[in-house]
Amino acid sequence: MEIIYASWPWYIAGPLLTLVMFLLLYLGGSFGVSANLRTMCTLAGGGRYADFFAINSHKHIWNLVFVIGAILGGFLAGTFLSEGTEITLGSHTIEALKELGLESPGKAYLPEELFGYSALSSIRGISLLLFGGFLIGFGARYAGGCTSGHAISGLSDLQLPSLIAVIGFFIGGLLMTHFILPFIL
Amino acid sequence: MVKAEIVSWFRIYEMFRFESFHMYGIIGSAIGLGVFIIQFIKRQQIKTLQGESIVFHPKQMSITRYLIGGIIFGLGWALTGACPGPMFVLLGYGYGTLLLVILGAILGTFVYGILRERLPH
Repeated sequence: MEIIYASWPWYIAGPLLTLVMFLLLYLGGSFGVSANLRTMCTLAGGGRYADFFAINSHKHIWNLVFVIGAILGGFLAGTFLSEGTEITLGSHTIEALKELGLESPGKAYLPEELFGYSALSSIRGISLLLFGGFLIGFGARYAGGCTSGHAISGLSDLQLPSLIAVIGFFIGGLLMTHFILPFIL
Repeated sequence: MVKAEIVSWFRIYEMFRFESFHMYGIIGSAIGLGVFIIQFIKRQQIKTLQGESIVFHPKQMSITRYLIGGIIFGLGWALTGACPGPMFVLLGYGYGTLLLVILGAILGTFVYGILRERLPH
């Protein structure tokens, strides 16, 4: 039981993700979470504005169930299966984060400054969250997938386009981490 | 995802600083095992629970859309420390502010849908 409460090592987590991908394939679906964002637009009536959303949402409901499961999983894991929220980060990372102005890096899963409710009280706080989400949504659909669709499913299927997408993910991530975050935080 | 800390903003930040093997170990082992699993499915012609064949659709090769889309996604990924899966997991975990991120993601998806015809693919 102790093992479940502690944080799980990469060699457990990685294969578990593969298991998820396999189960989804076995049940007739696929592992690709960002497609749900399109389904949500369709359900909200997006089909009126662009053909991209004029799809048969019934075929994609199973994926929305995955999202609900993810929310539930987060709740269960956080509430019942966790002892604390601390994360052990590398020392250079901790220093860099403090220089960015973030207090107590690793104390919780997310930095309080960006994701705590206090962030909602500033235009900047709200904008960062909205804009970050916007980049994810726009980028994932443009690239036709996110980390689950391209990095895990696509690369496991040895798809070259997925490799290009993943390279893109990293270029973007590195740009943001090393050049942009220092300015906006 | 919660137990392996994949959903942690700090872990993503650490990953982009190459300061820990953790995230790479997760993604790497997932893909390593995944390659075997998919080859197994293809060669053994594994069928779904409902008896249908599992089909893999090869993606059309292009550099522009995957690279540009990927970069845009990556920017958002590092800014929020989350991708679509973790966004919802974190919501369940208790971070209500993720609703704004999710809203932003839906908006981003919507705007893409509208601009799609005019973007290079």
